[in-house]
Amino acid sequence: MLDQNAFDLRKYISRNPQSVAVWIALIVLIAFGVLRYENFGGAYNISSFLNYNAMFIAISLGMCFVILTGGIDLSVGSVAAFTSVIAAYLSPYGIEVAMPLAILSGVAFGLFNAVCIVYLHIPPFIATLATMLGAKGGSLVISGAQTIAVDWGSNFTQLGMEKAFGLVPWTIVIVGILIVGLWIVLEMTSLGRTVLAVGGGEDATVMMGLKVNRAKIFVYALSGGCAGLAGVFLASGFGAGQPLEGVGWELSAIASVVVGGTLLTGGLGSIPATVAGALLLGLVFNILNFENGKGWISFSAYWQMVIRGAFLFAVILFQTRVMNRQSKVELAR
Amino acid sequence: MAPLLAMSGIEKHFAGIPALQGAALEIAPGEVHALIGQNGAGKSTLIKILTGLYRRDEGTIDFLGSPSHLTSPRESQIAGIATIYQELNLVPLRSVSENVVMGQEPKKLGYLIDWPEAHRRTREILSRFGIEIDVTAPLGSYSTAIQQLVAIARAVSMDAKLVIMDEPTSSLDTSEVEILFGVVKDLKASGVSVLYVSHFLDELFQICDRVTIMRDGQTVGCQDIADTTKLDLIAGMLGRNASEIASEGLTELAGDGTTYDEIVLQVDNVATGPRLTDFSMTLHRGEIVGLGGLLGSGRTEAARSIFGVDHITNGSIKLKGAEFNPAEPSDAIRAGIGLLTEDRKEEGIVPHMSVRENLTLALLPSMRKNGQIDLEKERALVEDFIRKLGIKTSHMDQPIRELSGGNQQKVLLARWLATKPDILILDEPTRGVDVGAKREIQSIIRSFVDEGHAVLLISSEFEELVEGANRIVVMHEGKAVSELTNPGITENALVKALAHHEGATT
Amino acid sequence: MTSLTTNEPIRADLVGRLKNHGGLIALGVILVFNILVTPNFLHTQTLAVNISQVATIAIVAMGMTLVIATGGIDLSVGAVMALSGALAPLIFMSDFGVAYPVLGLIAALFFPLVAALICGLFNGVIVAVLKVQPIIATLILFISGRGIAQVLTNGNLQTFSNPEFSYLGTGKILGFPFQGWLAVAIACILFWVVNRTVFGRYLLAIGGNERAAKLSGGPVQRVKIGAYVICSMLSGLAGLIVVAINSASDAARNGNLMELDAIAAAVVGGALLQGGKAPIFGAILGAVIIQLVKYTLLANGVEDEVALIAKALIILAAVYIQQARKE
Repeated sequence: MLDQNAFDLRKYISRNPQSVAVWIALIVLIAFGVLRYENFGGAYNISSFLNYNAMFIAISLGMCFVILTGGIDLSVGSVAAFTSVIAAYLSPYGIEVAMPLAILSGVAFGLFNAVCIVYLHIPPFIATLATMLGAKGGSLVISGAQTIAVDWGSNFTQLGMEKAFGLVPWTIVIVGILIVGLWIVLEMTSLGRTVLAVGGGEDATVMMGLKVNRAKIFVYALSGGCAGLAGVFLASGFGAGQPLEGVGWELSAIASVVVGGTLLTGGLGSIPATVAGALLLGLVFNILNFENGKGWISFSAYWQMVIRGAFLFAVILFQTRVMNRQSKVELAR
Repeated sequence: MAPLLAMSGIEKHFAGIPALQGAALEIAPGEVHALIGQNGAGKSTLIKILTGLYRRDEGTIDFLGSPSHLTSPRESQIAGIATIYQELNLVPLRSVSENVVMGQEPKKLGYLIDWPEAHRRTREILSRFGIEIDVTAPLGSYSTAIQQLVAIARAVSMDAKLVIMDEPTSSLDTSEVEILFGVVKDLKASGVSVLYVSHFLDELFQICDRVTIMRDGQTVGCQDIADTTKLDLIAGMLGRNASEIASEGLTELAGDGTTYDEIVLQVDNVATGPRLTDFSMTLHRGEIVGLGGLLGSGRTEAARSIFGVDHITNGSIKLKGAEFNPAEPSDAIRAGIGLLTEDRKEEGIVPHMSVRENLTLALLPSMRKNGQIDLEKERALVEDFIRKLGIKTSHMDQPIRELSGGNQQKVLLARWLATKPDILILDEPTRGVDVGAKREIQSIIRSFVDEGHAVLLISSEFEELVEGANRIVVMHEGKAVSELTNPGITENALVKALAHHEGATT
Repeated sequence: MTSLTTNEPIRADLVGRLKNHGGLIALGVILVFNILVTPNFLHTQTLAVNISQVATIAIVAMGMTLVIATGGIDLSVGAVMALSGALAPLIFMSDFGVAYPVLGLIAALFFPLVAALICGLFNGVIVAVLKVQPIIATLILFISGRGIAQVLTNGNLQTFSNPEFSYLGTGKILGFPFQGWLAVAIACILFWVVNRTVFGRYLLAIGGNERAAKLSGGPVQRVKIGAYVICSMLSGLAGLIVVAINSASDAARNGNLMELDAIAAAVVGGALLQGGKAPIFGAILGAVIIQLVKYTLLANGVEDEVALIAKALIILAAVYIQQARKE
């Protein structure tokens, strides 16, 4: 698409088998839902589905950048819980104060991760695991382990309920802007390309004279910021700061990213496919809800985790197969 | 004219072991300057200091007439030094265009990368090398030769004052080498200097103006290429008179010529992949067979095929007359084969472990007694080998990483001797060890062979092959292409055999 | 060169000793602080409480140490605890378990451990055969293991009264909790396995240099799978102990965040994250330190939440010191 050559669909498919697969799966699932359930395609379901999944899309986007460098961020869930509390405390000052400051507090956690990883050479999963604990402890301390109600008098709650221009909920607008912005950053800027190069081979990237540290600091700060935004959505959507929320979010985010075809080792992946992965995972649960509603089966909420894990497993199997095939093709040349 | 680059008195130590001692290098503007030396002579270290990847302990570097203190590849790139490293340093997952333009992408609107322009520029740069490929495809989907040329194209496109090429031709064929030489000449014509590192001495006479010779971390000579001969260069690298080269006794490998008729290993048309397509040879008892060839000719892959590391896709191996198809190294070890790998650090030693534990690693299955390791037996065996091979270690429980390279290599050799193998495959057994240890290792190999065993020897040191091997199988591009038989092999004959298949650059 | 080879080991010895003492010094500081500050610290009951708490961490941490020694990590330990902990009451409270109490008890110990073994096989095969990074591979069970446990129990808290089973968590031998003795026994066995058996030698060699171990004929896949299986089975055992202590099984809470405690204990105990070292008694020391820090903070009125932050800092500090020493 970005090539001066006309967009070559066949080439795209052969180079991105998994991205294509996830789009197809998404379309099939939507078609299935629309045909099977009465209200599935209704404006209410679509809007509430997107509204609810906005926060998961946000953290998946940050996670995507981190994984592209070959790293991992396990702290996003706790950071989102922390920032939801911050946002709730700041809600009386209005959304224009609460949102930026909450996001900034998320960025601060991200920068802490970055310092540990880039300068102290602590492996990413240990550093972010520690931050996960720290943020969890922090949010429990500042909230006294209670949910913190937002100020209903301010415009803070409008974020999740009011619609921009009377059409689309603000959360979806914001996430839409984030998706497009990050897509451009990844595809069209040196910083984005350096992120990809780092994941493809850190030593080589250093040798090429690129700013490796800057790219790594950026991705962790971004991931923290995205988690901060998710925290704002959480607080405004549920009307309260939720210090106990966020458990297992990092896994949803990782699963979304991986389902979207991003290589776990970094260097290869895409923003739209990550969004598709997040939507796909969300849709599976949406459909389960509808299916339960039909009364034929009864899936408890606990199945969610099992299915999420099974999904991750299937994708990993798929990725290893694709990788093996690709490396064989490479050798055969 | 003032030199473009002047390095002098460069010292560098790694963990207390000197890698460079008083190394020096001077390059004039618009000059193609060769840097040669044996493996471990310090060429790569010197280059990495120049490009800021390593920090020097001592010495001065003047670049463009002023002292330079480059501390990262990025800074050196900005200063005008472009480098093509020996190991490919590109990102195979990313597109060809990205690999060429990263770091100086064309921009529009200030921040956004102008991809059409980037692709166009990449195509233009590559066309100088006669390459017409889809630049949007991942680099890794192309052959090593193309990747190598892309690396060179990247360096050349950077408007550098100095381009460093470390073994640029190691994976190129004749026509590609010609293209490269054309580019080097273009660079020279436009006033850019080139530092050219190569094992292929004939190439130097084609394109270089001057040559600097390194040996044991020191600069031992610098002269105009026109005033020298190939034999002079080899003599300089080895540290001997040119007349000495022809004479014998450079190694401890020479035997008395006794061999046995019994064939222990027969390899027929074995292939394991693109890097090894057709390898055949026979190995008798009491014999050293050498594998000659250049970097990337398939020697290491040949060794790996016999040892069960790479799967055989074609051909067959007979071990003492019986079909042999090892699925993994442990099969080969049980069948009486040992493989001393080329890369001691990556594939040989377990650095945390002691000399004792490293020495018995291949022997573990036979050390089991009552469900545990028979420590008494282990200690006795290790004690014995330390004494027999003269391994210098303070005690057998000293971590192996604290030993010198030569002593580490002896431990690894002992690891295989301890399994009492019939066949030892030795991949560069004396690389990176000092002269004394080198001779000791050679005599260990010789006495192993004299006991009636067989050795397949891979060595880049010509004198080891020439003196030690009963026969030399010459490899080129994954194939065994010819065989030389002793007595009668000279370094000249070997060089000729290699050069013949290299594509006659002479 | 000769001076090098004679001087270096002495220095290495010193560093090694300092390192061992680092953990012990930390332990000493905590003990002295507690004796001076914490009320009733030297009470036998305090000791028993701490031992019963530390035993589960130590048992899991020893398994984690083996996995870390191969250069891997196992994030699924907490989930495996929940799974095995959920299975046991299901079995001995089933019709069969009620009808045949003895057989039921045996089955309630046996099948959860088999389930844990299968989890370990699953992890090990994905890591060793499919060559997926350990963090991701074990993430699968980290997510779904607890989910399976919750599905099995419908998310209900299972309370029970079964003194025989509860002996695992409440029994005492010579006045000390049964699980403390169990942890010590396991430590002795694992210490022997690591230091004296062929498996142990390969384990350390694989973590130290996998390619070298493979090229020396080492059964890399089998040994790696073995490490994950042992780790999972020890986690399963720890899950049973937790259930036995509480006389109740809560799939949502059993083993929650245990992976963090176990990794922290292993690292504080001297396990290198890049592999090649398996200090079994170090893992116990690490577990004791982590437990005592937790206890110290709680006993002195510091909130539970702050203890989380303290734990985070301990992990970071331990890994940082380790990395710094490497460089």
